[in-house]
Amino acid sequence: MSASRASRFNQRSLAPVLFLAPAILFFMFYVIFPIFQSMQISLYDWDGLGDKTFVGMDNYVELMDDEAFYTSLKNNVIWLVLYMLAIPAGLFIALFLNQTVFGMRLYKSLFFFPFVISQVVVGLVFTWFYDPSFGLLNVILGWFGLGPVTILGDETWVTYGIIFAGLWPQTAYCMILYITGLNAVDPEQIEAGRLDNAKGWNMLWYIILPQLKPATFIAIVVTVIGALRSFDLVSIMTAGGPWGSSRVLAYYMYEKAFSEYGFRMGYGAAIAVVLFLIMMIYITVFLVKMYRDEKGH
Amino acid sequence: MVTKFKTTIAALAASTILATSAFAGELVINTDTSDPAPKAAFEQLIADFEAANPDITVKWNLFDHEGYKTSIRNFLTADAPDLANWYAGNRMLPYVNAGLFEDVSDVWEDNGLNDSLASAAGSMTIDGKKWGVPYTYYQWGVYYRKDIFEANNIEVPTNWDEFKAAGATLTAAGVTPITIGTKYLWTAGGVFDYLNLRTNGYDFHMALTKGEVEWTDPRVVETMNNWKQLIDAGFFLENHTSYSWQEALAPMVAGDAAMYVMGNFAVAPLREAGLTDDQLGFFQFPVINPDVPLAEEAPTDTLHIPANATNKEDAKKFLAFLASAEAQTKINEVLGQLPINKDSTVGDDKFLQAGYTMLSTTDGGIAQFFDRDAPAEMAKIGMEGFQEFMVKPDRLDAILARLEKTRLRVYK
Repeated sequence: MSASRASRFNQRSLAPVLFLAPAILFFMFYVIFPIFQSMQISLYDWDGLGDKTFVGMDNYVELMDDEAFYTSLKNNVIWLVLYMLAIPAGLFIALFLNQTVFGMRLYKSLFFFPFVISQVVVGLVFTWFYDPSFGLLNVILGWFGLGPVTILGDETWVTYGIIFAGLWPQTAYCMILYITGLNAVDPEQIEAGRLDNAKGWNMLWYIILPQLKPATFIAIVVTVIGALRSFDLVSIMTAGGPWGSSRVLAYYMYEKAFSEYGFRMGYGAAIAVVLFLIMMIYITVFLVKMYRDEKGH
Repeated sequence: MVTKFKTTIAALAASTILATSAFAGELVINTDTSDPAPKAAFEQLIADFEAANPDITVKWNLFDHEGYKTSIRNFLTADAPDLANWYAGNRMLPYVNAGLFEDVSDVWEDNGLNDSLASAAGSMTIDGKKWGVPYTYYQWGVYYRKDIFEANNIEVPTNWDEFKAAGATLTAAGVTPITIGTKYLWTAGGVFDYLNLRTNGYDFHMALTKGEVEWTDPRVVETMNNWKQLIDAGFFLENHTSYSWQEALAPMVAGDAAMYVMGNFAVAPLREAGLTDDQLGFFQFPVINPDVPLAEEAPTDTLHIPANATNKEDAKKFLAFLASAEAQTKINEVLGQLPINKDSTVGDDKFLQAGYTMLSTTDGGIAQFFDRDAPAEMAKIGMEGFQEFMVKPDRLDAILARLEKTRLRVYK
């Protein structure tokens, strides 16, 4: 084996390993390791200060009999379903904005704006909007002789109210993904479609949307993950209330483990593990489906 | 030396640096006294202490309230200051149990505090030892709009029937009797405390918060039924679940609500909002069951030495200084609250005087507050239940069953 071949061998096999090493190391240390650590902590009763007591599956058994857990789970499902509205909404705004009109950049910026501002600000803005005594919503309802409604103080409406606030920035995010996607749409295919008399819905459904598949894929992934880890808006707008009816799993985990009245690390970890499994199942199903689709081509 | 920090993160990072560079004769104090009055009070206190002890320099790290509650767990274990403020009662139990607070019984012994701070000794004692020094407390009660009461010819109610009658008159006049904001839950805990203290008395209330009584006990049901009478009569502000306690001040300032069951800290914002002492009054929560001695609610704020502190000797000096009648007089003058030391002078503010008279003549006992008397987890679920009850009183049985389930788990 000559020296040059040896160095080429090193370049081919060693270089990727070296380049990947820091990322892998950090990923192992900050993502993979804590996952297993959480699973381990979920088997203990621990206040974060004193000694850990091994309790086996007790935390999970308690979880199965915890009303608040089911409330959170139910809200997570509602989030998951309704948050998907951001995708079609984002698509239609993107289509609307994909024109050459004077000042279009300004409109695009305005539509993108909610994604840039902090979720905390979004939460506060909507809290004011919903305020039962001076909020804009009730002022508007008042014009029609309706209301006042206490969106954030009523257990039937509170989750929908928060999701609606969350849809504002999420739609902007999906919109940007689609605007980028629309730039990559092949004009020749559209031209060909036109020649075949495709217009409106048909044009969108058979010619544009298939080409937007990568954008749709990303939009679904970020929206689902966004829905499952919804935390900041719940924390800002209601702190899980009234009487815990707007909790989601991520917030309930925080409440049990880290909040003022919590510090049950084991129980919080058990909730986190459940949330992790839900995401895991979803992501696995999604990846398997994607793999099959790709293989089909 | 006074070091101030806006954010928790900055303070945490800084306290790491400060703690590691601490030298003998330097005292590190962490507090969350970031509101204007408490901040000024601590500035004053530290300046006075430094003047009395020229060989000691104080480094003061100021946290915001919410950040402090989570930071204290970190800094007590990792980078302990020499002193940290916290609360009396059950709230300090986790840290005492985890061995993170220093036993300061000797400070009490050596400075005659068992006598001068006797009123708060009970809430500072766990396992027969004292775990900190209390420096201030404040009364709870009913703050009300005198002018609205006068306009409707209402006398200050002293018993349950008068209280309900006053509410009926106010409702008829289009005024909400009691304003409240339950978004952050604890305000509902205060109302429950008073109703339970007046219906069943101090001993029962303490037994309940200590987990010795079932939540489904008929006596608890009686308290809740008394509460229901008020709810059904439209006593409480509508939409209270959407408001914080500060937001609930607005209807009272505007004259749309006449009373507020609150702590004395509500006086300052009410005055700032423009209410004069002619418009604003205070009365003791009315009697419900005449056979029960009147107990009051007066949460106590305290200062502790972390077990991992480096300069415990000077920290004990500081505690002794803080316990003195002069220091407590001065600090509470600025705080607008009541001193614990029996030889201190109470500020001449009319609400402080009223509170002092009330608390020093009360014979039923002094409670801390629902979330300080009950363990954290029970407190959270309990106060959530109270909030739910205030909106959906017909769910009483389900709520009490849930609290009972929690009791069985929390106190085992």
